[in-house]
Amino acid sequence: MTSTPIGTTPGRADQATRVQMYEQMVHIRSFEKRVLALFHQGLVPATSHLSTGMEAIAVGVAANLRPGDSTLCTYRGHAHVLARGSSMEAMFAELIGRATGLLGGKGGSMHLASAEHGALGSYAIVGAHIPIAAGVAWSAQYRNTDQVVACFFGDGATNIGAFHEGLNLAAVWKLPVVFVCENNRYMEYTPIGSVTAVAHPAADRARAYGLEPVLIDGNDADVVFTAAAEACSRARAGDGPTLIEAETYRHFGHSNSDPAKYRPEAEVEEWLERDPITIYRSRLLAEGLDESVLTQIDVSADDAVEQAASAALAAPVPTVDEIEKNVWADGSGSWRS
Amino acid sequence: MAELTYRQAIAAGIAQEMGRDPSVVLLGEDVGAAAGVFKTYSGLYKQFGPTRVRDTPISEEAIVGAAIGAAMTGLRPVADIMFADFLATCWDMVANQAAKTRYMLDGQVTLPLVIVTGNGGGLRFGAQHSQSLENWAMAVPGLKVVAPSTPADAFGLLAASIRDPDPVLFFGHKALYAVKASVPDGEHVEALGRAVIRREGKDVTLLALAAMVPRALAAAEVLAEHGIDATVVDLRTLVPLDTATIFEAVSRTGVAFTVEENPRLLGWGAEIASLIAEECFEALDAPVVRITAPHVPLPAAGVLEDSAIPSVERICATVLERCA
Ligand SMILES: Cc1ncc(C[n+]2csc(CCOP(=O)(O)OP(=O)(O)O)c2C)c(N)n1
Ligand SMILES: [Mg+2]
Repeated sequence: MTSTPIGTTPGRADQATRVQMYEQMVHIRSFEKRVLALFHQGLVPATSHLSTGMEAIAVGVAANLRPGDSTLCTYRGHAHVLARGSSMEAMFAELIGRATGLLGGKGGSMHLASAEHGALGSYAIVGAHIPIAAGVAWSAQYRNTDQVVACFFGDGATNIGAFHEGLNLAAVWKLPVVFVCENNRYMEYTPIGSVTAVAHPAADRARAYGLEPVLIDGNDADVVFTAAAEACSRARAGDGPTLIEAETYRHFGHSNSDPAKYRPEAEVEEWLERDPITIYRSRLLAEGLDESVLTQIDVSADDAVEQAASAALAAPVPTVDEIEKNVWADGSGSWRS
Repeated sequence: MAELTYRQAIAAGIAQEMGRDPSVVLLGEDVGAAAGVFKTYSGLYKQFGPTRVRDTPISEEAIVGAAIGAAMTGLRPVADIMFADFLATCWDMVANQAAKTRYMLDGQVTLPLVIVTGNGGGLRFGAQHSQSLENWAMAVPGLKVVAPSTPADAFGLLAASIRDPDPVLFFGHKALYAVKASVPDGEHVEALGRAVIRREGKDVTLLALAAMVPRALAAAEVLAEHGIDATVVDLRTLVPLDTATIFEAVSRTGVAFTVEENPRLLGWGAEIASLIAEECFEALDAPVVRITAPHVPLPAAGVLEDSAIPSVERICATVLERCA
């Protein structure tokens, strides 16, 4: 990495936004804690993928987005969908397969979306949403809006063709996309460094698409906010995409069934020390924010999560006639006359 | 009535829709000033300009992916995939993303997009530039599948595909691009999901698609000389499938053949034969017989390719043998 990383000046967000970012991180943390508990109770089928430890990225980017902007993310997408304002109750309900789920029970844990909030889907084929995000941005450009698209993906996604096709297209068409690589150092179980030709899987590829490398601390919400602010204003001004690599770490395994024994203990310890919520809380307190404000946020987050989970648990399962609905735009699933 | 080639009809269908709806855009490799490698987009770049007719890099995933994202957010993209064979390089976008996103999101988004692609053999292009791949698309819930056999249908069915609110795979047939025939004047839109009876006959029914339609019609003329009067059904769209017209034709003749350009296993004719067996078995005087390519990759040399793809002679021989 030769260039100076941008976004290293923390604290450009105003105070109200910063408190809101803290609040969102705490909500996401509490939400995912409850998701894991539901999983262990056998209520979340298959699995789910937690972003615990990575919340600062979703929150720092979302704080720069406006109504009309879009986000696309991966199966590890609770944080990104929540950060756009989606209902926790509907998300819980989707995870446990209820009729009131965000997707009526048809999508499940890996496809959370709330189009009304601009959350245009969670994608479970690695990298697939990178060209799709370019298309959403193309539409924004074609319609002469100043809308931007934030596209989140993992370090592993930088080695699939769709990443390279999407980045190149976005760059040559100068599309308003903020690509955010959440480098949590692992694919499922393999360290990204062991299968990637460069040290920084996204940042070191930026120049290949005529973009400046942007490598940031993804566990610092202020840093993420600043980098995203610059990227969003560039995109809104018509100056094209930005590729941000945000370094981070997941506290848990790849999915809920992964104990993550493949990670060195010292590495895990080091990153647990760098918990984005703990860091942010200490910073806000050190700057003089009254602790009772933060404690109030912590308590009400847990209450809100508990209420949302209880409501979801009380909701009915879908009726089976849903199977044939919404294949097509007319609401039907019919393929014949 | 204007006389247009099939390739001109494709351009005319798109031009009609771009003219009436500013949300229609075209993207793909060489589709701009070059007008597409098969010249199926002549005049569009000049008429609608580079923001609506966009050249792309050789990035099939990005072409279809960009169409998906644009379709979700208010545009009606027409994405060109030069040869249908290249769909294999972006099948994730087609089969996992375009086809399933609306359903998985329980209707939160719609995807009014069309993928136009050069399908089919007969031009000696070899195994990777000649396949008839409509069956791949037919096997995926969430995709509509269109394969016209005439210039008028290329025009009208493409216009209908662009207006349709769901993902449509529009299989143009490369061997038909030069065929010239009349196209109705004025605005022309066909309906998806309607088969057409191209020839009425009382003895046998030939069910055909795209380039197999003219061959089935030619075969019907030869069969007439042998005293066999054939109905020829042009399926036109595989999804939605016009089972009503198929069953009606089969019920009238009691004998049915499918004429398919695709390799044998799981061609569209297998599904249709199964539907006929399940739903109009009593009307049958004989088992449905499928006339297909053998289950091999398509060879390049003329004599080999010609013997692989069902010919007028093979259609006639099969029917005559069965009706003997
Ligand atoms: C195309 C594709 N290949 C493989 C998988 C299986 N898979 C799911 S998640 C994953 C790891 C992805 O790693 P990364 O992009 O770093 O994201 P992270 O899970 O770390 O957030 C893999 C290999 C997949 N879903 N899609
Ligand atoms: Mg990773």
